Amino acid sequence: MRIVSLLAFLSLLTACGVEPWVKPYERAHIADPIMSFSRDPVSDAYLQHVHEAREAARGAEGSSGGGCGCN
Amino acid sequence: MKRIFIKLTCLFLLSMYLQAGAVAAVLPEDRADALYHSYDGGDVEVTGPSILVRKSFGQSVSMSANYYTDSVTSASIDVIATGASEYTEDRTQYSVSGDYLHGNVIMSASYTNSDENDYEGNTASFSISQDLFGDLTNVSIGYAVGWDTVMDNTDDTFSEDVDRQTFHVGLSQIITKDFIMGANLEVITDEGFLNNPYRSVRYLNTSGGYSYQKEIYPSTRTSTAFSLTGKYYLPYRAALGGSYRFFNDDWNITAHTFEVNYVHPWHDVIFEAKFRYYTQSQADFYSDLFPFMDSQNFMGRDKELSDYTSSTFGIGASYAFAENGFGFIEKGTINGAVDFVSFDYNNFRDARVNVVTPGTEPLYSFNATVIRLFVSIWY
Repeated sequence: MRIVSLLAFLSLLTACGVEPWVKPYERAHIADPIMSFSRDPVSDAYLQHVHEAREAARGAEGSSGGGCGCN
Repeated sequence: MKRIFIKLTCLFLLSMYLQAGAVAAVLPEDRADALYHSYDGGDVEVTGPSILVRKSFGQSVSMSANYYTDSVTSASIDVIATGASEYTEDRTQYSVSGDYLHGNVIMSASYTNSDENDYEGNTASFSISQDLFGDLTNVSIGYAVGWDTVMDNTDDTFSEDVDRQTFHVGLSQIITKDFIMGANLEVITDEGFLNNPYRSVRYLNTSGGYSYQKEIYPSTRTSTAFSLTGKYYLPYRAALGGSYRFFNDDWNITAHTFEVNYVHPWHDVIFEAKFRYYTQSQADFYSDLFPFMDSQNFMGRDKELSDYTSSTFGIGASYAFAENGFGFIEKGTINGAVDFVSFDYNNFRDARVNVVTPGTEPLYSFNATVIRLFVSIWY
Protein backbone atom coordinates (compact mmCIF):
# COMPACT_ATOMS: atom_id res chain seq x y z
CA MET A 1 0.00 0.00 0.00
CA ARG A 2 2.84 2.35 0.89
CA ILE A 3 4.49 1.57 -2.45
CA VAL A 4 1.27 2.33 -4.33
CA SER A 5 0.93 5.65 -2.46
CA LEU A 6 4.54 6.55 -3.21
CA LEU A 7 4.08 5.65 -6.87
CA ALA A 8 0.95 7.79 -7.04
CA PHE A 9 2.83 10.67 -5.41
CA LEU A 10 5.74 10.38 -7.84
CA SER A 11 3.34 10.19 -10.78
CA LEU A 12 1.66 13.35 -9.54
CA LEU A 13 5.03 15.04 -9.25
CA THR A 14 5.96 14.14 -12.79
CA ALA A 15 2.57 15.05 -14.24
CA CYS A 16 2.29 18.25 -16.20
CA GLY A 17 -0.37 19.74 -13.92
CA VAL A 18 2.07 22.19 -12.30
CA GLU A 19 2.05 25.54 -14.07
CA PRO A 20 5.67 26.59 -14.75
CA TRP A 21 6.23 29.90 -12.95
CA VAL A 22 9.07 30.83 -15.31
CA LYS A 23 7.57 30.68 -18.81
CA PRO A 24 9.63 29.24 -21.68
CA TYR A 25 9.90 32.72 -23.27
CA GLU A 26 11.37 34.05 -19.99
CA ARG A 27 14.34 31.65 -20.00
CA ALA A 28 16.77 33.54 -22.25
CA HIS A 29 19.06 34.34 -19.30
CA ILE A 30 18.94 30.80 -17.89
CA ALA A 31 19.73 29.39 -21.36
CA ASP A 32 22.78 31.64 -21.81
CA PRO A 33 25.94 29.43 -21.82
CA ILE A 34 27.47 31.59 -19.06
CA MET A 35 24.75 30.21 -16.73
CA SER A 36 25.75 26.57 -17.30
CA PHE A 37 26.96 24.65 -14.23
CA SER A 38 29.42 22.79 -16.50
CA ARG A 39 30.22 24.65 -19.70
CA ASP A 40 33.22 22.51 -20.66
CA PRO A 41 32.97 18.85 -19.59
CA VAL A 42 36.54 17.91 -20.54
CA SER A 43 37.97 20.72 -18.40
CA ASP A 44 35.63 20.10 -15.46
CA ALA A 45 36.35 16.35 -15.43
CA TYR A 46 40.08 17.11 -15.27
CA LEU A 47 39.69 19.54 -12.36
CA GLN A 48 37.55 17.02 -10.54
CA HIS A 49 40.33 14.45 -10.92
CA VAL A 50 42.89 16.96 -9.58
CA HIS A 51 40.73 17.50 -6.48
CA GLU A 52 39.95 13.81 -5.90
CA ALA A 53 43.62 12.81 -6.09
CA ARG A 54 44.59 15.26 -3.32
CA GLU A 55 41.55 15.54 -1.07
CA ALA A 56 39.81 12.99 1.13
CA ALA A 57 36.41 14.37 0.10
CA ARG A 58 34.81 12.89 -3.00
CA GLY A 59 31.45 12.85 -4.74
CA ALA A 60 28.55 15.20 -5.44
CA GLU A 61 30.66 17.08 -7.99
CA GLY A 62 29.36 15.65 -11.28
CA SER A 63 31.01 13.15 -13.61
CA SER A 64 33.01 10.11 -12.48
CA GLY A 65 36.44 8.80 -13.30
CA GLY A 66 38.87 6.07 -12.36
CA GLY A 67 42.46 5.58 -11.29
CA CYS A 68 44.72 7.71 -9.20
CA GLY A 69 47.98 9.03 -10.68
CA CYS A 70 48.58 10.71 -7.35
CA ASN A 71 51.63 9.22 -5.60
CA MET B 1 19.93 2.04 2.84
CA LYS B 2 20.75 0.10 -0.35
CA ARG B 3 17.34 -1.63 -0.42
CA ILE B 4 15.46 1.67 -0.01
CA PHE B 5 17.59 3.19 -2.75
CA ILE B 6 16.81 0.33 -5.17
CA LYS B 7 13.10 0.51 -4.33
CA LEU B 8 12.99 4.26 -4.88
CA THR B 9 14.92 3.87 -8.13
CA CYS B 10 12.39 1.33 -9.46
CA LEU B 11 9.45 3.57 -8.53
CA PHE B 12 11.14 6.60 -10.02
CA LEU B 13 11.88 4.77 -13.29
CA LEU B 14 8.32 3.48 -13.48
CA SER B 15 6.77 6.88 -12.85
CA MET B 16 9.10 8.41 -15.44
CA TYR B 17 8.07 5.77 -17.95
CA LEU B 18 4.40 6.49 -17.27
CA GLN B 19 4.82 10.22 -17.67
CA ALA B 20 7.43 10.42 -20.45
CA GLY B 21 6.62 12.15 -23.66
CA ALA B 22 4.98 15.46 -22.78
CA VAL B 23 8.01 17.74 -23.05
CA ALA B 24 11.21 16.95 -24.90
CA ALA B 25 14.51 16.94 -23.05
CA VAL B 26 17.63 17.71 -25.07
CA LEU B 27 20.67 15.54 -25.73
CA PRO B 28 24.15 17.08 -25.22
CA GLU B 29 25.48 19.02 -28.22
CA ASP B 30 27.84 17.41 -30.75
CA ARG B 31 31.29 18.72 -29.93
CA ALA B 32 34.95 17.78 -29.75
CA ASP B 33 37.51 19.02 -27.22
CA ALA B 34 41.29 18.70 -27.21
CA LEU B 35 42.84 19.64 -23.87
CA TYR B 36 46.39 19.91 -22.57
CA HIS B 37 46.63 19.81 -18.79
CA SER B 38 49.47 20.51 -16.40
CA TYR B 39 49.78 20.21 -12.62
CA ASP B 40 52.97 21.44 -10.97
CA GLY B 41 53.33 21.53 -7.21
CA GLY B 42 54.94 19.78 -4.23
CA ASP B 43 57.77 18.50 -6.50
CA VAL B 44 55.19 16.65 -8.60
CA GLU B 45 54.54 17.36 -12.29
CA VAL B 46 51.60 15.78 -14.09
CA THR B 47 50.91 16.65 -17.73
CA GLY B 48 49.04 15.14 -20.64
CA PRO B 49 46.26 15.44 -23.16
CA SER B 50 42.55 14.73 -22.95
CA ILE B 51 40.48 14.28 -26.10
CA LEU B 52 36.69 14.17 -25.89
CA VAL B 53 34.41 13.59 -28.88
CA ARG B 54 30.62 13.54 -28.75
CA LYS B 55 28.31 12.70 -31.66
CA SER B 56 24.59 12.12 -31.90
CA PHE B 57 22.99 9.44 -34.08
CA GLY B 58 19.44 10.23 -35.14
CA GLN B 59 17.18 12.14 -32.77
CA SER B 60 17.54 10.01 -29.68
CA VAL B 61 21.08 8.66 -29.30
CA SER B 62 24.31 10.46 -28.41
CA MET B 63 27.67 8.76 -27.90
CA SER B 64 30.93 10.09 -26.51
CA ALA B 65 34.49 8.83 -26.18
CA ASN B 66 37.35 10.19 -24.11
CA TYR B 67 41.09 9.51 -24.18
CA TYR B 68 43.09 10.88 -21.27
CA THR B 69 46.66 10.50 -20.04
CA ASP B 70 48.68 11.59 -17.02
CA SER B 71 52.47 11.66 -17.36
CA VAL B 72 53.76 11.85 -13.80
CA THR B 73 57.22 12.90 -12.58
CA SER B 74 57.32 12.80 -8.82
CA ALA B 75 59.85 13.58 -6.13
CA SER B 76 57.10 14.41 -3.65
CA ILE B 77 57.61 14.56 0.09
CA ASP B 78 55.95 11.11 0.37
CA VAL B 79 58.59 9.64 -1.95
CA ILE B 80 61.68 11.45 -0.68
CA ALA B 81 61.00 11.31 3.08
CA THR B 82 61.01 7.50 3.06
CA GLY B 83 64.30 7.31 1.16
CA ALA B 84 62.93 6.49 -2.31
CA SER B 85 64.03 8.44 -5.38
CA GLU B 86 62.20 10.40 -8.08
CA TYR B 87 60.10 8.27 -10.41
CA THR B 88 58.11 8.69 -13.60
CA GLU B 89 54.99 6.84 -14.71
CA ASP B 90 52.06 7.16 -17.11
CA ARG B 91 48.36 6.63 -16.62
CA THR B 92 46.04 6.14 -19.57
CA GLN B 93 42.28 6.31 -19.32
CA TYR B 94 39.62 5.46 -21.91
CA SER B 95 35.92 6.21 -21.46
CA VAL B 96 32.88 5.58 -23.63
CA SER B 97 29.35 6.68 -22.89
CA GLY B 98 25.93 6.61 -24.50
CA ASP B 99 22.78 8.66 -23.90
CA TYR B 100 19.32 7.62 -25.00
CA LEU B 101 16.52 10.19 -25.16
CA HIS B 102 12.89 9.14 -24.73
CA GLY B 103 10.43 11.99 -24.35
CA ASN B 104 11.66 14.02 -21.40
CA VAL B 105 13.84 11.22 -20.05
CA ILE B 106 17.53 10.68 -20.77
CA MET B 107 19.13 7.36 -19.89
CA SER B 108 22.92 7.27 -19.82
CA ALA B 109 25.48 4.51 -19.46
CA SER B 110 29.27 4.72 -19.39
CA TYR B 111 32.38 2.61 -18.97
CA THR B 112 35.84 3.84 -17.96
CA ASN B 113 39.13 1.97 -17.86
CA SER B 114 42.22 3.46 -16.27
CA ASP B 115 45.59 1.77 -16.58
CA GLU B 116 49.00 2.41 -15.06
CA ASN B 117 51.85 0.01 -14.35
CA ASP B 118 50.74 -0.59 -10.76
CA TYR B 119 47.01 0.18 -10.76
CA GLU B 120 44.06 -0.71 -12.95
CA GLY B 121 40.66 0.88 -12.45
CA ASN B 122 37.30 0.08 -14.04
CA THR B 123 34.01 1.92 -13.60
CA ALA B 124 30.62 1.23 -15.17
CA SER B 125 27.75 3.60 -14.53
CA PHE B 126 24.09 4.02 -15.32
CA SER B 127 21.95 7.09 -14.73
CA ILE B 128 18.55 8.42 -15.69
CA SER B 129 17.28 11.99 -15.65
CA GLN B 130 13.97 13.61 -16.31
CA ASP B 131 12.70 17.15 -16.85
CA LEU B 132 9.63 18.01 -14.80
CA PHE B 133 7.22 20.92 -14.29
CA GLY B 134 7.52 22.36 -17.80
CA ASP B 135 11.32 21.84 -17.73
CA LEU B 136 11.80 23.96 -14.59
CA THR B 137 13.12 20.94 -12.71
CA ASN B 138 15.51 18.18 -13.66
CA VAL B 139 15.86 15.12 -11.47
CA SER B 140 18.58 12.52 -11.94
CA ILE B 141 19.49 9.29 -10.23
CA GLY B 142 22.53 7.14 -10.87
CA TYR B 143 24.50 4.08 -9.86
CA ALA B 144 28.11 3.16 -10.61
CA VAL B 145 30.17 0.09 -9.86
CA GLY B 146 33.95 0.03 -9.82
CA TRP B 147 36.47 -2.78 -9.67
CA ASP B 148 40.15 -1.97 -9.34
CA THR B 149 43.39 -3.92 -8.99
CA VAL B 150 46.21 -2.54 -6.86
CA MET B 151 49.75 -3.71 -7.67
CA ASP B 152 53.24 -2.94 -6.37
CA ASN B 153 56.22 -2.27 -8.64
CA THR B 154 58.61 -3.57 -5.98
CA ASP B 155 56.76 -6.87 -5.48
CA ASP B 156 55.55 -8.88 -8.49
CA THR B 157 53.46 -11.15 -6.26
CA PHE B 158 51.41 -8.29 -4.80
CA SER B 159 47.91 -7.90 -6.26
CA GLU B 160 44.86 -6.75 -4.31
CA ASP B 161 41.32 -5.78 -5.30
CA VAL B 162 39.13 -2.79 -4.54
CA ASP B 163 35.37 -2.83 -5.21
CA ARG B 164 33.35 0.37 -5.22
CA GLN B 165 29.69 1.32 -5.47
CA THR B 166 28.34 4.82 -6.00
CA PHE B 167 24.76 6.04 -5.56
CA HIS B 168 23.83 9.48 -6.79
CA VAL B 169 20.72 11.67 -6.73
CA GLY B 170 20.68 15.11 -8.33
CA LEU B 171 18.24 17.95 -8.74
CA SER B 172 18.47 21.17 -10.71
CA GLN B 173 15.78 23.79 -10.33
CA ILE B 174 15.05 27.05 -12.13
CA ILE B 175 14.02 29.37 -9.29
CA THR B 176 13.44 32.61 -11.21
CA LYS B 177 14.24 33.77 -14.75
CA ASP B 178 17.70 34.81 -13.44
CA PHE B 179 18.44 32.18 -10.80
CA ILE B 180 19.08 28.44 -11.02
CA MET B 181 20.04 26.03 -8.26
CA GLY B 182 21.33 22.48 -8.08
CA ALA B 183 21.58 19.88 -5.31
CA ASN B 184 23.51 16.61 -5.34
CA LEU B 185 23.77 13.71 -2.92
CA GLU B 186 26.35 10.97 -3.46
CA VAL B 187 27.11 7.93 -1.33
CA ILE B 188 30.25 5.94 -2.14
CA THR B 189 31.27 2.69 -0.52
CA ASP B 190 34.62 0.91 -1.02
CA GLU B 191 35.83 -2.49 0.00
CA GLY B 192 39.30 -3.98 -0.42
CA PHE B 193 42.89 -2.76 -0.27
CA LEU B 194 42.38 0.96 0.23
CA ASN B 195 45.85 2.21 1.13
CA ASN B 196 48.77 3.05 -1.08
CA PRO B 197 51.23 0.09 -0.97
CA TYR B 198 54.24 2.43 -1.13
CA ARG B 199 53.38 4.69 1.75
CA SER B 200 54.53 4.32 5.34
CA VAL B 201 53.82 5.69 8.78
CA ARG B 202 56.57 6.82 11.13
CA TYR B 203 56.83 5.92 14.79
CA LEU B 204 59.16 6.77 17.66
CA ASN B 205 61.85 4.14 18.08
CA THR B 206 63.66 3.13 21.24
CA SER B 207 66.76 5.19 20.43
CA GLY B 208 64.89 8.51 20.48
CA GLY B 209 64.57 8.83 16.73
CA TYR B 210 61.88 7.55 14.41
CA SER B 211 61.45 4.64 12.01
CA TYR B 212 58.95 3.72 9.29
CA GLN B 213 56.51 0.83 8.88
CA LYS B 214 53.87 0.11 6.22
CA GLU B 215 50.49 1.82 6.50
CA ILE B 216 47.50 -0.29 7.54
CA TYR B 217 44.09 1.01 6.48
CA PRO B 218 40.62 -0.38 7.23
CA SER B 219 39.32 -2.50 4.35
CA THR B 220 36.01 -0.63 4.02
CA ARG B 221 35.05 2.99 3.64
CA THR B 222 31.66 4.64 3.16
CA SER B 223 31.29 8.34 2.45
CA THR B 224 28.43 10.76 1.94
CA ALA B 225 28.66 14.07 0.11
CA PHE B 226 25.94 16.65 -0.31
CA SER B 227 26.30 19.79 -2.38
CA LEU B 228 24.26 22.89 -3.16
CA THR B 229 25.07 25.04 -6.18
CA GLY B 230 23.53 28.28 -7.39
CA LYS B 231 24.02 30.63 -10.30
CA TYR B 232 22.58 34.10 -10.73
CA TYR B 233 22.35 36.16 -13.93
CA LEU B 234 23.37 39.73 -13.12
CA PRO B 235 21.50 42.78 -14.51
CA TYR B 236 24.24 43.17 -17.16
CA ARG B 237 25.32 40.03 -19.07
CA ALA B 238 27.41 38.26 -16.44
CA ALA B 239 26.90 35.38 -14.00
CA LEU B 240 27.72 34.98 -10.32
CA GLY B 241 27.92 31.43 -9.01
CA GLY B 242 28.45 29.79 -5.65
CA SER B 243 28.56 26.29 -4.21
CA TYR B 244 28.99 24.46 -0.94
CA ARG B 245 29.68 20.77 -0.34
CA PHE B 246 29.52 18.87 2.92
CA PHE B 247 31.44 15.59 3.14
CA ASN B 248 31.65 12.95 5.84
CA ASP B 249 32.91 9.36 5.95
CA ASP B 250 33.16 6.51 8.44
CA TRP B 251 36.88 7.18 8.89
CA ASN B 252 35.61 10.30 10.66
CA ILE B 253 36.82 12.75 8.05
CA THR B 254 34.56 15.78 7.66
CA ALA B 255 35.21 18.25 4.86
CA HIS B 256 33.69 21.49 3.65
CA THR B 257 34.17 22.97 0.18
CA PHE B 258 33.15 26.52 -0.73
CA GLU B 259 33.42 28.14 -4.14
CA VAL B 260 32.40 31.45 -5.67
CA ASN B 261 32.86 32.21 -9.34
CA TYR B 262 32.17 35.07 -11.69
CA VAL B 263 31.73 34.84 -15.49
CA HIS B 264 31.96 38.00 -17.59
CA PRO B 265 31.64 38.04 -21.41
CA TRP B 266 33.39 40.84 -23.29
CA HIS B 267 33.08 40.92 -27.11
CA ASP B 268 34.14 37.43 -28.30
CA VAL B 269 35.80 36.48 -25.02
CA ILE B 270 34.28 35.03 -21.86
CA PHE B 271 36.38 35.75 -18.77
CA GLU B 272 36.02 33.73 -15.61
CA ALA B 273 37.41 34.05 -12.08
CA LYS B 274 36.89 31.83 -9.06
CA PHE B 275 37.92 31.30 -5.48
CA ARG B 276 37.67 27.87 -3.87
CA TYR B 277 38.29 27.03 -0.22
CA TYR B 278 38.58 23.45 1.05
CA THR B 279 39.04 22.23 4.61
CA GLN B 280 39.01 18.74 6.13
CA SER B 281 39.54 17.07 9.49
CA GLN B 282 41.84 14.09 9.86
CA ALA B 283 40.97 10.38 9.79
CA ASP B 284 40.59 8.53 13.10
CA PHE B 285 43.68 6.42 12.42
CA TYR B 286 45.90 9.24 11.12
CA SER B 287 48.95 10.40 13.00
CA ASP B 288 52.06 12.25 11.89
CA LEU B 289 54.13 10.32 14.43
CA PHE B 290 52.92 7.17 16.20
CA PRO B 291 54.25 6.53 19.75
CA PHE B 292 55.66 3.07 18.93
CA MET B 293 55.60 0.33 16.30
CA ASP B 294 52.21 -1.34 15.68
CA SER B 295 50.65 1.04 18.19
CA GLN B 296 47.20 0.78 16.53
CA ASN B 297 45.22 -1.71 14.44
CA PHE B 298 44.97 0.88 11.66
CA MET B 299 47.69 3.41 10.99
CA GLY B 300 47.92 6.03 8.27
CA ARG B 301 50.18 9.00 7.55
CA ASP B 302 48.90 10.00 4.10
CA LYS B 303 48.79 13.78 4.08
CA GLU B 304 45.50 13.41 2.20
CA LEU B 305 44.03 12.00 5.44
CA SER B 306 45.41 14.72 7.71
CA ASP B 307 43.80 17.94 8.92
CA TYR B 308 44.44 20.58 6.25
CA THR B 309 43.07 23.46 4.18
CA SER B 310 43.60 24.50 0.60
CA SER B 311 42.76 27.74 -1.17
CA THR B 312 42.48 28.13 -4.92
CA PHE B 313 42.34 31.28 -6.99
CA GLY B 314 41.60 30.64 -10.65
CA ILE B 315 41.20 32.72 -13.79
CA GLY B 316 40.26 31.70 -17.32
CA ALA B 317 39.32 33.02 -20.73
CA SER B 318 37.44 31.54 -23.67
CA TYR B 319 37.69 33.09 -27.14
CA ALA B 320 34.93 32.26 -29.64
CA PHE B 321 35.82 31.79 -33.32
CA ALA B 322 33.88 30.77 -36.45
CA GLU B 323 30.69 31.92 -34.78
CA ASN B 324 28.90 31.90 -38.14
CA GLY B 325 30.23 28.50 -39.07
CA PHE B 326 33.24 27.33 -41.09
CA GLY B 327 32.90 24.21 -43.24
CA PHE B 328 31.38 21.48 -41.03
CA ILE B 329 32.14 23.52 -37.88
CA GLU B 330 29.22 25.42 -36.39
CA LYS B 331 31.38 27.34 -33.91
CA GLY B 332 34.54 26.97 -31.86
CA THR B 333 36.36 28.24 -28.79
CA ILE B 334 40.01 28.53 -27.71
CA ASN B 335 40.32 28.33 -23.95
CA GLY B 336 42.93 28.83 -21.26
CA ALA B 337 42.65 28.65 -17.48
CA VAL B 338 45.10 28.65 -14.60
CA ASP B 339 44.51 27.81 -10.95
CA PHE B 340 46.89 28.76 -8.14
CA VAL B 341 46.47 26.45 -5.16
CA SER B 342 48.02 26.63 -1.71
CA PHE B 343 47.94 23.61 0.63
CA ASP B 344 48.51 24.11 4.36
CA TYR B 345 48.71 21.02 6.55
CA ASN B 346 47.90 21.32 10.25
CA ASN B 347 49.21 17.93 11.39
CA PHE B 348 51.61 16.70 8.71
CA ARG B 349 55.23 17.64 9.33
CA ASP B 350 58.09 17.93 6.86
CA ALA B 351 60.12 14.85 7.81
CA ARG B 352 62.83 15.86 5.31
CA VAL B 353 63.98 18.44 7.88
CA ASN B 354 66.40 17.10 10.50
CA VAL B 355 65.54 18.09 14.06
CA VAL B 356 66.70 16.84 17.46
CA THR B 357 63.22 15.89 18.69
CA PRO B 358 60.99 13.99 16.22
CA GLY B 359 57.59 15.63 15.90
CA THR B 360 58.96 19.19 16.02
CA GLU B 361 59.66 19.49 12.28
CA PRO B 362 57.92 22.42 10.54
CA LEU B 363 54.37 21.79 9.31
CA TYR B 364 54.30 21.03 5.59
CA SER B 365 52.79 23.39 3.02
CA PHE B 366 53.19 23.85 -0.72
CA ASN B 367 51.80 25.72 -3.71
CA ALA B 368 50.63 24.24 -6.99
CA THR B 369 49.78 25.64 -10.41
CA VAL B 370 47.14 23.90 -12.52
CA ILE B 371 46.90 24.83 -16.22
CA ARG B 372 44.27 23.87 -18.79
CA LEU B 373 44.59 24.82 -22.47
CA PHE B 374 41.97 23.50 -24.85
CA VAL B 375 40.20 23.93 -28.16
CA SER B 376 36.51 23.07 -28.58
CA ILE B 377 34.51 22.80 -31.78
CA TRP B 378 30.79 22.24 -32.25
CA TYR B 379 29.51 20.57 -35.44
